[in-house]
Amino acid sequence: MNQSAAIIEIRKVNYAVGGRSVFTGLDMDIARGRITAIMGPSGTGKTTLLRLITGQVVADSGSIEVAAQSLRAISRADLYVLRRRMGMLFQNGALLTDLSVFENVAFPLREHTDLPERLIRQLVLTKLQAVGLRGAAELMPAELSGGMSRRVALARAIVMDPEILIYDEPFVGLDPISLGVILRLIRRLNDALGITSIVVSHDVKEISTVADNVYLLSGGKVVARGTPQQLQSYPSEIVRQFIGGEADGPVPFHFPAPDYFGELLSRGESP
Amino acid sequence: MKLIRELWSSLIEALVGLGLVVRFLLRLVVSSPRALMRCDLIAQQIYNSGALSLVIIMLSGLFVGMVLGLQGYELLQRFGSEEALGTAATIGLVKELGPVVTALLFAGRAGTALASELGLMRATDQLSAMEMMAVDPIQRVVVPRFLGGVIAMPLLAAIFSVIGIYGAQLVGVQIMGVDSGSFWSQMQASVGLSDISEGIVKSCIFGVACSLIAVYEGYHATPTAEGVGRATTRTVVASAVVILFLDYLITAAFL
Repeated sequence: MNQSAAIIEIRKVNYAVGGRSVFTGLDMDIARGRITAIMGPSGTGKTTLLRLITGQVVADSGSIEVAAQSLRAISRADLYVLRRRMGMLFQNGALLTDLSVFENVAFPLREHTDLPERLIRQLVLTKLQAVGLRGAAELMPAELSGGMSRRVALARAIVMDPEILIYDEPFVGLDPISLGVILRLIRRLNDALGITSIVVSHDVKEISTVADNVYLLSGGKVVARGTPQQLQSYPSEIVRQFIGGEADGPVPFHFPAPDYFGELLSRGESP
Repeated sequence: MKLIRELWSSLIEALVGLGLVVRFLLRLVVSSPRALMRCDLIAQQIYNSGALSLVIIMLSGLFVGMVLGLQGYELLQRFGSEEALGTAATIGLVKELGPVVTALLFAGRAGTALASELGLMRATDQLSAMEMMAVDPIQRVVVPRFLGGVIAMPLLAAIFSVIGIYGAQLVGVQIMGVDSGSFWSQMQASVGLSDISEGIVKSCIFGVACSLIAVYEGYHATPTAEGVGRATTRTVVASAVVILFLDYLITAAFL
């Protein structure tokens, strides 16, 4: 990968929560203008990585640079300026429940710009049209399904035309139609506007159709990187297990526990 | 020895907790000038905390006043001074019952609503989403709710006291037969500005305390259903204790 093309550079990052190490010596480059997928088994810290990239938490050591700005020494004001160039789609949508769909999408515009109401209306309707929910503009978040909430949240994330768009598990709970729409939208935003996209996902098949680069995380480290095609033939057991969805392999399916039959036959009390 | 160690650690824990609340209050105060420019947000919160609490405050004020009328009449007639009922009820309401009962009801109605709303916003990532949109949730969400509570509480206490006085008048004058002229004239002659200002100071301080506890607990709630429930409960319990403790301090200070 061309290093100068990286919009996000992560170098030797260590991060621990409550004494449990999440990342040890993490190195990563997110290419500018490309779609980068971050995959890995549950509990590998994919969402934590997004929190580190967006400055919601600070790494214990190492450096993270976003658009040539180090997050270690950044002031709150500068971080907010940087975040205006980023959009994030949360796993559950995170819509503001006291505002309508229209007002949710208009929220960043109203907070950060003095645009006339007519222009705000046009921008919001354009973004809602892109996610297929222009007709739901007057609904409240409580009236939406999970997938619809996610699509409204996506419209909100792109309303300020960000340079970096971060998707946290965007495909969970979507029906096949919405899933196809979101996949095409991710690709289209990337191609048309040159947005850098970071997609955290478990869905190997779906993400392989849109991602330019893939990072596979496990045990707090990058265990594989490359294009989706390269990962298909990656010479590593852990990659084969993840891509193939096999229960047995280097990543244990079972949480560490005493012997199964021994525990069933013992007279111990329920935990 | 072990008991002393535990007491010491509890004391340290309580002081750390108090320090965190004071630090949070300072953060709210620093953010207040910019938040004050968004009058629409504060007006909405005055409506949520104040207007939506009106019915319970007015009903409670009426009943408390009626009970004061009954009890006051029963006590005062023993000394043949039932005409002083207006004075007794008004001083009781304006200086003590108005601010204290309103604050307790405010904590139960508006305080719990604030804490659970903020806790749920935390649990559903709404506050994180605002952070990600470069919008400070303290300034956009917490300060308007805090200021709304601070402004609404003294107004509610005043309404409570006024309705309470009419409740006492209803029972004392209309039912028990105290002379109406005596009821109002003695009240006007005996109740001074210092009595009213004590009530105003109390209700303002209780407003700050209740609103602060509610937004602090809600904003720092553990983002789970259990965490939000616990924050709501702690809001009511902490508010009640703090209100009664502050009530003693302010009363002593005014003597």
